[in-house]
Amino acid sequence: MEQLMTTINLSAIYPEIILTGFALLILVMQSFHRERFKGYYGIVSLLGVAAAIAFIVSRPGSFSLQTVEYSFSGMWVVDNYARFFKLIFLLGTFLTILISVKYLQHEAMQYGEYYALVLFATIGMMIMASGAELITIFLGIELMSVTLYVLAGYTRARMVSNEAALKYFLLGSFATGFLLYGIALIFGSTGTTSLKAISEVIATAGFKNPVTIIGMALLVVGFGFKTASVPFHMWAPDVYEGAPAPVTAFMSAGPKAAAFAAFVRIFMAALPSLQSEWTAVIWVIAVLTMTVGNVIALVQDNIKRMLAYSSIAHAGYVLVGFLAAGELGVTSILYYLLAYTFMNIGAFAIIVMLAGKDEERVYIQDYKGLGYTQPVAAIAMSLFLFSLAGIPPTAGFMGKFYIFSAAIKEGYIGLAIIGVINSVVSVYYYLRVTVAMYMQDPTVPQNSQMQMLLGSPGLAAAVLISAYGVLSLGIFPAGYMAIVRQSFLILQ
Amino acid sequence: MNSPNFPILSAITYLPLLGILVICLINSKRHDLIRWVAFLTAVVTFLVSLPLYFLFDAGKWQMQFVEHIPWITQFGISYHMGIDGISLLLVMMTTFLSALAILSTWTAVEKAVKGYMVSLLFLETGMIGVFCALDFVLFYVFWEIMLIPMYFIIGIWGGPRRIYAAVKFFIYTMSGSVLMLVAILFLYFMYYQATGIYTFDILSYYNLGLPAHAQFWLFLAFFLAFAIKVPMFPFHTWLPDAHVEAPTAGSVILAGVLLKMGTYGFLRFSLPIFPQATVNFIPLVFILSVIGIIYGALVSLAQDDIKKLVAYSSVSHLGYCMLGMFALNVEGVKGSLLQMINHGLSTGALFLIVGILYERRHTRLISDYGGVMKVMPMFATLFLLVAFSSMGVPGLNGFIGELLILIGAFKASVLFGALATIGLVLGAVYLLWMYKRVMYGAITKEENKVLPDMTGREYAYLVPIIVFIVWIGVYPLPFLNKMDASVQHLLKVMDHQKSARTDAPDNIRLNSNNILKNYEQYAAERRR
Repeated sequence: MEQLMTTINLSAIYPEIILTGFALLILVMQSFHRERFKGYYGIVSLLGVAAAIAFIVSRPGSFSLQTVEYSFSGMWVVDNYARFFKLIFLLGTFLTILISVKYLQHEAMQYGEYYALVLFATIGMMIMASGAELITIFLGIELMSVTLYVLAGYTRARMVSNEAALKYFLLGSFATGFLLYGIALIFGSTGTTSLKAISEVIATAGFKNPVTIIGMALLVVGFGFKTASVPFHMWAPDVYEGAPAPVTAFMSAGPKAAAFAAFVRIFMAALPSLQSEWTAVIWVIAVLTMTVGNVIALVQDNIKRMLAYSSIAHAGYVLVGFLAAGELGVTSILYYLLAYTFMNIGAFAIIVMLAGKDEERVYIQDYKGLGYTQPVAAIAMSLFLFSLAGIPPTAGFMGKFYIFSAAIKEGYIGLAIIGVINSVVSVYYYLRVTVAMYMQDPTVPQNSQMQMLLGSPGLAAAVLISAYGVLSLGIFPAGYMAIVRQSFLILQ
Repeated sequence: MNSPNFPILSAITYLPLLGILVICLINSKRHDLIRWVAFLTAVVTFLVSLPLYFLFDAGKWQMQFVEHIPWITQFGISYHMGIDGISLLLVMMTTFLSALAILSTWTAVEKAVKGYMVSLLFLETGMIGVFCALDFVLFYVFWEIMLIPMYFIIGIWGGPRRIYAAVKFFIYTMSGSVLMLVAILFLYFMYYQATGIYTFDILSYYNLGLPAHAQFWLFLAFFLAFAIKVPMFPFHTWLPDAHVEAPTAGSVILAGVLLKMGTYGFLRFSLPIFPQATVNFIPLVFILSVIGIIYGALVSLAQDDIKKLVAYSSVSHLGYCMLGMFALNVEGVKGSLLQMINHGLSTGALFLIVGILYERRHTRLISDYGGVMKVMPMFATLFLLVAFSSMGVPGLNGFIGELLILIGAFKASVLFGALATIGLVLGAVYLLWMYKRVMYGAITKEENKVLPDMTGREYAYLVPIIVFIVWIGVYPLPFLNKMDASVQHLLKVMDHQKSARTDAPDNIRLNSNNILKNYEQYAAERRR
């Protein structure tokens, strides 16, 4: 064990190395022959993601045995918790790439750097999940954030996209400042950045150092921003609306999950003794996040913006699981984020399909009559929306069930009641889309001339995978739950 | 227990899904083929459900035809199906009415027939599942699942204000049921505290003696969910909207089966799990039921739309069901159960009749009719029979149910029994008055002179219901017998728990008063 702690154990970072290799390969392909390789970037990046997934899954000892690998003198840890999160990120990336290929071709923006950036962002997330000390986690956050700033502004000809990128960058750097300052304060008061050592110092100190608590509060602000929790959510609607639809899909799933991965690890592993300090704050943030997200989503007409607010609300549900802590709480977060990845990217896949060139069809009214013109897409969309609303037998229902059961187990009954009432509120705006699709006649003459991306095999595959995920997580959750339970964060 | 090797309950639950699969493979332009497949699926489902009645052992109160498979082991959730005397007839009625409802829409629905039939069959799966599920989570899944097809049925194939009605229906119903979900989870952890076992098995909770104040809140959460579904008096506002806008088949299913889920929920959950709270809530339920009975009848009286009249009459009829149930004696509960079936049959038939008129004239206003009897004599006869059944004329089914309920109610409280009889009088008034205005008198409207009488298909779906209406009215024993043992047992469970509480608090199997305390301590500890 000690041996492992001190040496550089490369095998612990193979998935990250694999992804880096593929990302670089794409960049090299592009610089060598721009035109000839145009059709291959997507496939190459999918291969990279698949290889990383295969490596994590096939590694002996992952999941079934609770093997924990360390590397870089304990700065890096690969436990089941990290493995599970990495699988969520890679899944999100895989689906994102599937829905991106046709979209970029359609927008005439098929360049290699898009795929490379997506892969780099994924690597950043994986670092966040595996970091066992604050600076490593911070590095991951920065790698992820900087690439996301670029991705948000990827369709550079569109004003909204530029606006999104700039807003995201300015606010994001500001939040990063809070995060770094929090890290600095915690380092200053405990003398270490290692999560394990921090928890030992705080536990043995006997009194609660106010500097540590301020540091913790700043971390809450920083992660609150990254997870788009109220009141640090202001950037999310504009960025989600302005960014290209596949990037929005990507941002709402992986990076959010990554932020929660680091958030949970830091707070559960390094600051467990301060739980009484953070409980009240997180309680308020959770309630605000759920309520504000859902209530504002009610009045949105742009479907991307509506899903942005819905994504804020979903962060609130995850915070309920966070608050519950404990085995049930943490595993409910894992389950929920997996479910959320499937259902949200699934919904965005349909949006990408129907958006048309320059995303001119992203309003709810554009979905009128879709149930009759595009029955399959409409059924899939309904499935994802019902899942987001938490109606059985879908992943969203099981996820909420899991989270609220964790909350009730820990005695947060009021919070659970607020949560379920919120999910009723959310039903209204999810239903709005189904109302448009099935119960209203199209306002504009049927859009045969409208170019839709229905024929794309990538999009179809993404929708199929997501639909399968949503249904299997909802109807046969036992297998997934077994894995999730093994991925409980073991506090060393 | 007579648990045959063949999983008959799962078979009838999922047969409609099989039908959906077949329908999905059919070209959506071939409307008639789709209708036939849907109808045959429903008929086969009904036929497969028939053995339930004959194989059901009326002497046993235990669950029968039980299927028990672990489902989500991590939470102690299992796929547990089974029926007793309480659910048997409701399951039978569901399969019966579903087939007739599909038959009734043959010509009424021309738009997106495929989706319509898929929705109806999907609804059937959800409804049967609700009555058979013996696991809280499984029950909740079915309970929520059927919101989706009903929402689409109202919203796509409904009347002019269909979207409003559909969304209102969905959100209203869901807001009740999510609180029930919280209550279920709370119960679950309390059960764990008491026994150390994680389970969602409904029957296990029957033996759990819960402390009184916990019962109060849990009862309230369940009450909200079920009272909205029933619907009881202040929670009924979604019902007229949903009924009026829904297409005929939707109304039939809504009145016939969906409303019964609420009353069934009370019998399956509230009464046996929270006996103490049930007793404490009797005055409130009685007051609300009687208000519902009288208010529903009075509002019916004031309607100029036939369908709305029938919709409000449901509020009144379901008031009787609740009254009988909370009388908590054998007559009351049995009457309430029988009245659930009766209401399904007679109100279902009334909606079918409204549908028959509507298909001919495309109006539901009473003032647009008058003298219809002259042109549609056979229709008039059947209509009158159904109206009699609905108002409780002796010799027809409504009489038996209401009589039993009133006997039960008078035993429990003379005042409320007496008040409830007012509803009977009013029921006769609004139905007969409506019948008079629609059927008797001179034909005032030119269009009404050429209305054709009933077609073969219309006989085919109305006559079977009337057969049962008469059968239950003349010889109800085959129906009442089946529920006897289960109802007796239900009341015994309640009595046992009540007496255990007052007489010998130390003898309760589970250290009941400590459960909540344990839970609170434990939760506080977890939070540190």
